[in-house]
Amino acid sequence: MIRFDGVERHFGEVTALAGLDLEIAEGELIALLGPSGCGKTTALRILGGFDRPDAGRVFVNDVDVSSTPPNKRDMGMVFQAYSLFPNMDVRTNVAFGLRMRRQEKAKRLKRADELLELVGLTQTADRFPHQLSGGQQQRVAIARALAIEPTVLLLDEPLSALDARVRTQLRAEIRNLQQRLGITTLFVTHDQSEALSIADRVGVMQHGRLEQLDTPEAVYRHPATAFVAEFVGAMNRLPGRLGDDGEVQVLGQRLKVLNPDGTKSGAAVYALLRPEGVAVVPDSAGPGEVTQRTFLGSAVRLEVTLDTGQKILVEQPSHDAGLVPGDRTGLRILVESVIIEETVPSPAP
Amino acid sequence: MSFGSVGIAAADEVVGGPPPRPVTKARKERPRPWRIAIFVLAALYFLGPLASAFKFSLIQSNGRYGLGNYDQIIKNSAIRSALITSLEISAITAVLVVVLMLPTVVWVRLRLPKLTLMMEGVTLLPIVIPPVVMAAGLEELQSHAPEWVVKLLFNHPLSALTPFYVILALPFTYRALDNGVRAIDLHTLVDASRNLGASWRQTIIHVILPNVETAVLGAMFLTIALCLGEVVISSLLLYHTFPVALIQESLSGTAGISVALSIITLAFTFGLLFALSFLAGRRQRATSIRVI
Repeated sequence: MIRFDGVERHFGEVTALAGLDLEIAEGELIALLGPSGCGKTTALRILGGFDRPDAGRVFVNDVDVSSTPPNKRDMGMVFQAYSLFPNMDVRTNVAFGLRMRRQEKAKRLKRADELLELVGLTQTADRFPHQLSGGQQQRVAIARALAIEPTVLLLDEPLSALDARVRTQLRAEIRNLQQRLGITTLFVTHDQSEALSIADRVGVMQHGRLEQLDTPEAVYRHPATAFVAEFVGAMNRLPGRLGDDGEVQVLGQRLKVLNPDGTKSGAAVYALLRPEGVAVVPDSAGPGEVTQRTFLGSAVRLEVTLDTGQKILVEQPSHDAGLVPGDRTGLRILVESVIIEETVPSPAP
Repeated sequence: MSFGSVGIAAADEVVGGPPPRPVTKARKERPRPWRIAIFVLAALYFLGPLASAFKFSLIQSNGRYGLGNYDQIIKNSAIRSALITSLEISAITAVLVVVLMLPTVVWVRLRLPKLTLMMEGVTLLPIVIPPVVMAAGLEELQSHAPEWVVKLLFNHPLSALTPFYVILALPFTYRALDNGVRAIDLHTLVDASRNLGASWRQTIIHVILPNVETAVLGAMFLTIALCLGEVVISSLLLYHTFPVALIQESLSGTAGISVALSIITLAFTFGLLFALSFLAGRRQRATSIRVI
């Protein structure tokens, strides 16, 4: 339904998008995830019509909208900054898009009330934006974006200004709404937990390119590149050497390498392992010592320092973690395959 | 697509929102004596001459106190027409300045931020170039321009003076409007408005203008004050505007009438100031009294 076709955008010397290709199916929620400056917001702004690509095209329902102004695109957007119009009360804010579409006053106010009911803010209809909390303002912004019955919903880090509890609550509500309404949505965030929890598919971006576009589980469990592996979730980088058989030996265990391409056998590499991919084996003569213990609620994260000085993060269920700092321990790798990263990248051919 | 039948149960914390802001009375601080003394001195310094002028304006030609001078002003058709002309010029200039400058300021802030410094420099030019130079230039234009241009521009003070007053008002209006625009999150509000289907014109009228209302009123007020006080260009071009009439009256020896005219001007200016304060505070009151 939505297609980015080789979209490029440059700001002087800086390349924000370097040939972005992306397809979003109807009713799908895609989260673009990446560090600051990776191009995710630029992609969203280009889709919203606030910016134009230097090259490439954007299609919505097979119609090229690359040059269509934002007010003709029929897309609803929720911004990172609070964007309610300060001079209008909540009901008038929600009805604004309909007013611009010259809908009759009684109809549009009725519609605004419906939308406010949808986001659970009926009683705030007569308030002004400055009388609402941040969470309420963003909920009104969502109602306002939905009031025009857009073909696409654009969410530009809408939760980043909210406190943790409201953020978690609201992201669940956004997902709930999106699924019930079946509205095609592009969600931009730099928060991996947000992206993983809300999206049908997550696109991880770096340097204006999509590194990987897949389901949240696949992105987390089977990262396509070292960048994705390290950006999404915590990651251990354990030194090893790539063997002739395409395997790498780490902590005395041989693991299959998922991305051996381009790395010569015998090369020094780092094996990238998630903390939950390693387990502690209580052993008073073990090669490591627990140096830190962090309680995370349902899990406990241990930092184990090997005799070589290498630090390894281990995560395990909290009911199963009796070790405390100072205890000696052995380590066992629970996975059979890993992503590797060369310690010194091979020169480009 | 209709979303009307879909609903979500919202959590109490978010639905209820924060508790309404407590409406507390500002703690009243007893004014200190030295503050009162300074206030009284300043009031005397300001109001003393005004009171004297007002008293003087009440002295009629027969030596008695009364409203004779004000009566003469009202009955004097030349002064009345000069005042009407000046008010017309002021009103048109004030509207023109805002219509021209608000979109310009918005465009520069949104699309051409690098030109901000240049804009500030250019808008200062009317202060750097003395009005007498502009008047001399206008006289040159009058004597060398084609006849139709002269007729079109110089036959009426409205068409002759308004364009130049717009230029003269630039230094004040640009800054007033720019300050107002800077105080709002312009980029987000414009993007939100455009995203909801508003054209640029609708965005300026429905979103930007109401949110920079105070700045716009300030710019208009400054423009009106300037128009009601400008005398160099209008007198050199021989237009009978209100300030020109004021000077002519004071030179003609009827000092009482001249002072009465000054009092009227001041009263008008104060009236504008109060109107500005009232309008600026109106929205604030409208939003604050709705606290549930």
